[in-house]
Amino acid sequence: MKQGVNPDDLTRPFWEAANEERLVIQNCTACDRLQHPPAETCSKCGSGAALEWKQMSGRGRIYHYGVVHDCPIRLLQEDQPFNCAVINLDEDPGIQMYSHLPGTPVDEVPVGAAVELVFDTAANGQKVPEWRVVTDN
Amino acid sequence: MSTENAPQSMYRSREGLGVWEHRGKVAAVGIGHGPTSRRWDGKPDTSLGAISLIALRRAIEDAGVDPGDIDGLVMDEKTTTGAFWPRGQELPWDVINAYNTTDAPLDGITQLSAEWILKNMPELAGNRFTMYGPGCMSNAIVVAAQAIGDGLAHTCLVLKAWHNLPGRYYQTGANADDAIPGTAALRSVWGAPACYGTAIQFAEYCRKYGKNHDMMAPFISNSRRNGLRFPEGYWAQHRPEEITTEDYKAARWIAKPANLFDNDIPIMCSAAYLFTTAERARHMKQKPVYILGHASSRGQARSFIPTLDEVEAECAESGRKLLEAAGITVDDVSFENLYDGFPQFHQFHMEGIRYRGIQPGEALDFYQTDISITGPNPVSPSGGNIGSGRSRFWMHTDCIQQIQHRAGERQVTGVEPVIGVSGGPMPTGGNFTCWSATPDY
Ligand SMILES: [Zn+2]
Repeated sequence: MKQGVNPDDLTRPFWEAANEERLVIQNCTACDRLQHPPAETCSKCGSGAALEWKQMSGRGRIYHYGVVHDCPIRLLQEDQPFNCAVINLDEDPGIQMYSHLPGTPVDEVPVGAAVELVFDTAANGQKVPEWRVVTDN
Repeated sequence: MSTENAPQSMYRSREGLGVWEHRGKVAAVGIGHGPTSRRWDGKPDTSLGAISLIALRRAIEDAGVDPGDIDGLVMDEKTTTGAFWPRGQELPWDVINAYNTTDAPLDGITQLSAEWILKNMPELAGNRFTMYGPGCMSNAIVVAAQAIGDGLAHTCLVLKAWHNLPGRYYQTGANADDAIPGTAALRSVWGAPACYGTAIQFAEYCRKYGKNHDMMAPFISNSRRNGLRFPEGYWAQHRPEEITTEDYKAARWIAKPANLFDNDIPIMCSAAYLFTTAERARHMKQKPVYILGHASSRGQARSFIPTLDEVEAECAESGRKLLEAAGITVDDVSFENLYDGFPQFHQFHMEGIRYRGIQPGEALDFYQTDISITGPNPVSPSGGNIGSGRSRFWMHTDCIQQIQHRAGERQVTGVEPVIGVSGGPMPTGGNFTCWSATPDY
């Protein structure tokens, strides 16, 4: 099971949106550029005032993956081995998210495949964005 | 005296800076290592501080310098990436009070300040300059070299130490909690181990160039073989075990495609060097090894994990910057000791600088040729972290010792060791040094 999440000031909009089953990513309106992980200021122009949270379509692709057999997080150790993939968002493939790829057998991950947003629930009830391989056109 | 982190201006992190302004004017003249151990046994004489005092005193003795003549100390205050004092566990007052203390109770145990060192080495009464090169020995080296070149010190100790505690690395602290803060959670809720990012890059590298995990075996075997010839190293001192190709292929996965041997072993260790001006070096005991140049990488990944494209671009830039600083071409490099912890990124460093002319995607084929210390193309003659445990400094010690012809059983014989390169740690964030047998190569 995923560790619980205690939203902090920087990430509260992200986690609150997740509880509504939406994915929002920080966006600099001055640069028209997404950034994730979020920060206090835009990593390109340095502005803090121009940062907003922008809702994503929930579509992405699998960049690559590993299979975790020896996890440092205590709560996840009972789930070993498990897939851990890097997802590139369709809106901007430079933006990455992690995923356990629920529904995909361990080590049978189609690299490059399209994925869609789903949600998992962490130990304290916080919803967490996850990704499922799109199998049906 | 409070000690500051080195300003970014001391690092040469941009391209086009030209030849280093102090090229050949700074030299390494002394080396000292403390004993290694897997984990601290809780005793005063094996503590982080204790082994660091040993390393420093050995470096001073090796150089044949009067300690009173030493006027600088550059080091790293942080001494772990994953072994933290357990919350609520009683402090080891018997150990703390066995030394002169600072305001931080765990100074000398799970952290190490310049103040603690100076309080416990009264022979360094002539010190007038301290600075932190935070991260690892690679940082401290370039800061110390720049400091001497800039005249901030003329005879400077350079120190890096690592502690390790009972229990498994990375499995205490927040990783053992039921919930974590939201910012950390964006990364850690998925449970990727430390080697994961490198494993992803390696996986993509194999896909892009048609290589596979088994092709790493000769590099791993060579690294451990070289490390077993490093008497100061962990494996040589405690567990003289080679890694065969079969061992490598059969090892358990940590984060596939990274297995046990694609990870280094956390240990306690400490190393110190003595740097001085080229002028002063002439009168010291050991053959000076001159620094021709240094360069730093400050690459920023767009998102969480640097992509293969980002890694390859950054490593190529680092290679160009180092050669530019040193005023040489890669054909002048006798041997390479670029970082290997994790070994699955060693090829990025090596391809970045184009060692022996290899291009992106060619390193794993290069590993199938003679990369031993007796051949014409030595790869990681130090054995690195895989050869001797997680220190991030064996590579630097080896560069100095090879050029001095003091590498003992590791001495390269297939090339004349005139120029060596070392540095790391990460492909997108590291510090690199070019070492030379002569100041005016
Ligand atoms: Zn911006």
